[in-house]
Amino acid sequence: MSVDQKTVKKIAHLARIRVDDEDVPRLRDELNSILKWVEMLSEVDTDNVEPMTSAVQTSMKKRPDVVTLGGHPELIVANAPASEDNFFMVPKVVE
Amino acid sequence: MTELTNKKISEIRDGLKAKEFSAVELTSAYIEEIEKAEPLNAYVFKTPQQAMEMAKASDQRIAKGEAGPLEGVPLGIKDLYATRGVHTQACSHILDGFKPEYESHVTSNLFGDGAVMLGKLNMDEFAMGSSNESSYYGNVVNPWRRSGSSDDLVPGGSSGGSAAAVAAHICAGATATDTGGSIRQPAAFTGTVGIKPTYGRVSRWGIVAFASSLDQAGPITRDVRDAAIMLGSMAGHDPMDTTCVDAPVPDYEAALTGDIDGLRVGIPKEYHMDGMSGEIEALWDQGKEWLKSRGAKIVDVSLPHTKYALPAYYIVAPAEASSNLARYDGVRYGLRVNGSDIAEMYENTRAEGFGDEVKRRIMIGTYVLSAGYYDAYYAKAQKVRSLIKNDFDEAFKDVDVILTPTTPSAAFAPGEITDPVEMYLNDIFTVTLNMAGLPGISIPAALDAKGLPLALQLIGKPFDEETLLKTAHVMELEAGFTARPERWW
Repeated sequence: MSVDQKTVKKIAHLARIRVDDEDVPRLRDELNSILKWVEMLSEVDTDNVEPMTSAVQTSMKKRPDVVTLGGHPELIVANAPASEDNFFMVPKVVE
Repeated sequence: MTELTNKKISEIRDGLKAKEFSAVELTSAYIEEIEKAEPLNAYVFKTPQQAMEMAKASDQRIAKGEAGPLEGVPLGIKDLYATRGVHTQACSHILDGFKPEYESHVTSNLFGDGAVMLGKLNMDEFAMGSSNESSYYGNVVNPWRRSGSSDDLVPGGSSGGSAAAVAAHICAGATATDTGGSIRQPAAFTGTVGIKPTYGRVSRWGIVAFASSLDQAGPITRDVRDAAIMLGSMAGHDPMDTTCVDAPVPDYEAALTGDIDGLRVGIPKEYHMDGMSGEIEALWDQGKEWLKSRGAKIVDVSLPHTKYALPAYYIVAPAEASSNLARYDGVRYGLRVNGSDIAEMYENTRAEGFGDEVKRRIMIGTYVLSAGYYDAYYAKAQKVRSLIKNDFDEAFKDVDVILTPTTPSAAFAPGEITDPVEMYLNDIFTVTLNMAGLPGISIPAALDAKGLPLALQLIGKPFDEETLLKTAHVMELEAGFTARPERWW
């Protein structure tokens, strides 16, 4: 499988990365060279093979449903580029 | 004061106990050395004042007889680890100005055991790279140079700053992380020891996530004993990371008995790669002889899916990265580049904040996870991963450890490898372990004809870091690698 310029733009939009038109051909070639290389995997017979879901077999850990760390909104927003009254500030989303 | 900075962690521990020097004297010596080592670009943020305060506190605890296992040991911390109130940016522009309000589990453990922080170490952006050429803060330079040459070489990556700093003696040991080889490959390129523990041995909490099912933290040190000491402090249960196992941490240093009589060492035939240098082949043979001479038994094993590990990795790791790095959107931390609406703000922020390699991987990951492609790529890769794990499970029925080279070559020059796929091949011997969750250690073993370090890798059974360290220690004794880079900085 390979990607064309239109697909590159679509992926970039899905990934929320602005891509300038002049960079699209280069990105297409780079992505295609990686995709071509990983195509090697089609040689492997994976019928009846379960996908790996965890590197180490363990049962899911559970903990009591209690607040362990909380009540510090000022710490949560401390690194925000813009915040007000412990809320994150973003450009207007609703007209 | 280089005399003090030449001491290994084990020697620091003994010297401080015997009151031969103080923690403050030791830390001052390191701060002086760091200042002289600017050309290496190993540190992206130095914390000399904090280091001196921590060293003073260490001296007070030593005086009271309350010294911890790493008391007064000056460490460098990879920029991927959250350190409270201190520069933590994964060497990315997108995390500009980020100072976490919390401490990673690993650094909490280390500082709780008395370690001193000298500063934050350079790395490939978001740990994506094998040469430390993708850092927003510029390349790290390998302290090693080819004999008679004054040309720069890469220190490997992504933990290039950690490896260079340990090799140049501008920290006694360093934290690092390994997603596809990022501890072991730079260790190999710099003549240092690097161990990637079993997935789940060390908590990932507070370490900037790259590929969560592959990431694991570990130390880079000057020798195997120091690796055992540091790992003992870094490892352990943490309820904040559900993948971190709740199992006691063994006394790793006690495992270094020097006795490997009867140990079964596997040699995987698939690791003989086309185009591998004759020097690496010869060193691998030498490694077998070293272990045999100490009573180990060499056993041929087969890991038939080896060559598929790297392509499968370049589906799984970017897929997980594209998801993990979705959080960098200009809202909660770091860089924000405004746009006419919120979507444009996201796109502008991420376009300016991420470097080329990170963007490439996010886009690959986004593509392989996008509608209609999931089964063909991600599910397929995870199935191949099961096969890789099965290969190891089978091999470990017959052997206790597996011996391989760490890398297919010695350190190369910056700019020498520009093709992404060719760069990815650096991790060909290391990435299989991450895919299977297994522990591995790189041990410096010899110098090549150009005077650069070459290394061997040992692979262990899950959670059997003790056998791994024991065997590595014997290898170290046999190899007798004591070479140091000639000081040019």
